[in-house]
Amino acid sequence: MSAVPFLSSLFFLAVLTASVKPLGRYMARVYQGERTLLSPVLGPLERIVYRVAGVDASASMHWTRYAFAMLWLNVLGALAVYGLQRAQSILPANPQSMGAVSADSAFNTAVSFATNTNWQGYAGEATMSYLTQMLGLAVQNFVSAACGMAVLIALIRGFSSRNSDSIGNFWVDCTRSILYVLLPLSLLLAGALVTQGVVQSFSPYATVALVQPVDHEKAAEDAEGKPRLDAEGKPVMEAARTTEQKVPLGPAASQVAIKQLGTNGGGFFNVNSAHPFENPTPLSNFLQVLAILLIPAAFCYTFGAMVGDTRQGWAIYAAMTFVFVALLGVATWAEQTGNPQLAARGVDDRASALQSGGNMEGKEVRFGIAASALWATTTTAASNGSVNSMHDSYTPLGGAVPMWLMQLGEVIYGGVGSGLYGMLVFAIIGVFIAGLMIGRTPEYLGKKLEAFEIKMAAIVILVPPLFVLAGTALAVMSEAGRAGIANPGAHGFSEILYALSSAGNNNGSAFAGLSANTPFYNTLLGVAMWCSRYWLAIPVLAIAGSLAAKKTVPSGPGTLPTHTPLFVALLIGTVLVVGALTFVPALALGPIVEHLLLYPAR
Amino acid sequence: MFKELKTAFLMLLVFTLITGVAYPLLVTVFAQVAFNDAANGSLIMRDGKAVGSRLLGQPFSDAGYFWSRPSATGPMPYNGAASSGSNQGPLSPALHEAVEGRLAALREASSPADAATAVPVDLVTASSSGLDPHISPAAARYQIERVATTRKRPAEQIAALVAQHTEPRWLGLLGEPRVNVLELNLALDGLSAK
Repeated sequence: MSAVPFLSSLFFLAVLTASVKPLGRYMARVYQGERTLLSPVLGPLERIVYRVAGVDASASMHWTRYAFAMLWLNVLGALAVYGLQRAQSILPANPQSMGAVSADSAFNTAVSFATNTNWQGYAGEATMSYLTQMLGLAVQNFVSAACGMAVLIALIRGFSSRNSDSIGNFWVDCTRSILYVLLPLSLLLAGALVTQGVVQSFSPYATVALVQPVDHEKAAEDAEGKPRLDAEGKPVMEAARTTEQKVPLGPAASQVAIKQLGTNGGGFFNVNSAHPFENPTPLSNFLQVLAILLIPAAFCYTFGAMVGDTRQGWAIYAAMTFVFVALLGVATWAEQTGNPQLAARGVDDRASALQSGGNMEGKEVRFGIAASALWATTTTAASNGSVNSMHDSYTPLGGAVPMWLMQLGEVIYGGVGSGLYGMLVFAIIGVFIAGLMIGRTPEYLGKKLEAFEIKMAAIVILVPPLFVLAGTALAVMSEAGRAGIANPGAHGFSEILYALSSAGNNNGSAFAGLSANTPFYNTLLGVAMWCSRYWLAIPVLAIAGSLAAKKTVPSGPGTLPTHTPLFVALLIGTVLVVGALTFVPALALGPIVEHLLLYPAR
Repeated sequence: MFKELKTAFLMLLVFTLITGVAYPLLVTVFAQVAFNDAANGSLIMRDGKAVGSRLLGQPFSDAGYFWSRPSATGPMPYNGAASSGSNQGPLSPALHEAVEGRLAALREASSPADAATAVPVDLVTASSSGLDPHISPAAARYQIERVATTRKRPAEQIAALVAQHTEPRWLGLLGEPRVNVLELNLALDGLSAK
């Protein structure tokens, strides 16, 4: 095995870590309303936004008002996306003449994009018009990300302010997230992606002549263009020859950039960032995978800077990175080891200078094992959900890593904003557990944690497992749920567990063999996505409001310092123990059984 | 509770104008002006006709061409309008059946001397997109003998062509070495034309 996977991952972590402080400090300045490099350009635009919408930027909101502002923006956003999909056939910018999306699919996609999940029940290049992609999906990529960022900033203000009945202005936090953070970074990234070959065009799909025409079978059609069925109701196949290839186009680069930076993950095309037009080169791949973690990682520093002690932020970053590196190691090792049952058939899957080897089913040659495993780990550590390889075809342990990372609650870096607010809730629980051990009232960053905060934190930790486990149980018990399974046996169970883990933690990636574009899954997953976004964000805002109203207590001899290795270990322990206790029984029925079947005892 | 509804409506409108109209248009103008070829699908032109995209693979089955990776798109392989992976798990009977078929086809087409060689894994497994334009250098090397024999060319000449079309890792670090199958096959046809 070569050193390349190790070195390229190290390079990735080095670049990520180096960007934490500059970007984190910049964002702290933005949210505190200080002048930045971009203020001369964006300041006037920001003021125009407030004037048009009638926002008083100096008014600070009570947490309930803050929550309603966020909810209304998301409800209207979801309605807009739903409407665009249903009406796209009569709207402009639809050169491929896409028809209206079905009601259940449109509902699922609308919720999916408003909640920053970006689960894709549809195939982009065969479903969505350019207008829907641009005005609906891309806008929600920005807005849903900005909402997560705003909630995080509100929570940080809860820690940093004293005796205050308000936690900031939602519209200001949201606008600044978009104008000062997401938009400039997206412009840079989109520009870089275009140079690599990511398409950006409003032309209809191009057609090219195949060098060698291909003979294949296709479903026979009757005179009305409907598929012909035989006596058993199966479609009749007939021989066909195809001499041309469609070359799909569209405004992809602009959308791919924000889908990564906003940890959205909804692809322009069906196979997402595995598509050569979304992710054509190793460099475009590196930029995108970096963009996924860039903002979530930098927020650790922003948090430290805003609470007045950057060590607090670095401690959280250290805990996240520790878990990330460990699981990245498992995923890379498992995928590089490959499929022993194929090797036994005379397939050469050993790594060499001439091939990456390993488990190449569902992976692209330009990415190989190292860049695919890095992406799978990154996209599920963050709540991104874009993919550059098909997780459904991973080895059992390789596929268990992304699944478990989602089940941990998307707090290993996590989504923009949502990752860190989730992690801070785990920190609250960790401090609470430590407080119980020594018999002291727990405090974090000078704020006493009392019954209300712990109750809210418990809700945040319990809601996603509820939807993941209960949803999985419901799906495997119902005919409609089992009908979607593509792979037989334990892997089929994994497909369902993965889908619910993804929706219930707002990730959006999939074991894509599962046929989830059905009324059953569109509804079940839609409800899971909606609840596990707002039933978390609202309690977090409640914690923010409650903390902001408290006074700050000076640290005493009974205070647990929260910037030390001891605290880092405590935090990691809390995340892993909660994640393991909740999900190991379910994982045992899926990936663990499958692993034992792949390596049968002799 | 409804106090923020009107603001939310206006805000969504403004955000839509900025991020849904101005932003993609700005990127499109930049892309179309500065990187016209890349922004429009990186098409390969021959005699004024587009014969493919450098970034999208095409299916090949003639013994005289290098074969691309298996593709799981339907109804035909390498369907540019419907990207898809196979989504078959490692124990899937369908996967094992498909791999057997691909191994048999490759071995049948190659010379008896090569039939016993283990086949590079990327040549018998479906790609993630179904449109993978590349094969590994190992997969190209595996096919050199067959292509050379079919085209009645010295194997060294074909090997040199493969080497010419092999891209290394970026900075020796990122991604994997790879061979663009469509470009390689077009170059093969170019040899015969001379």
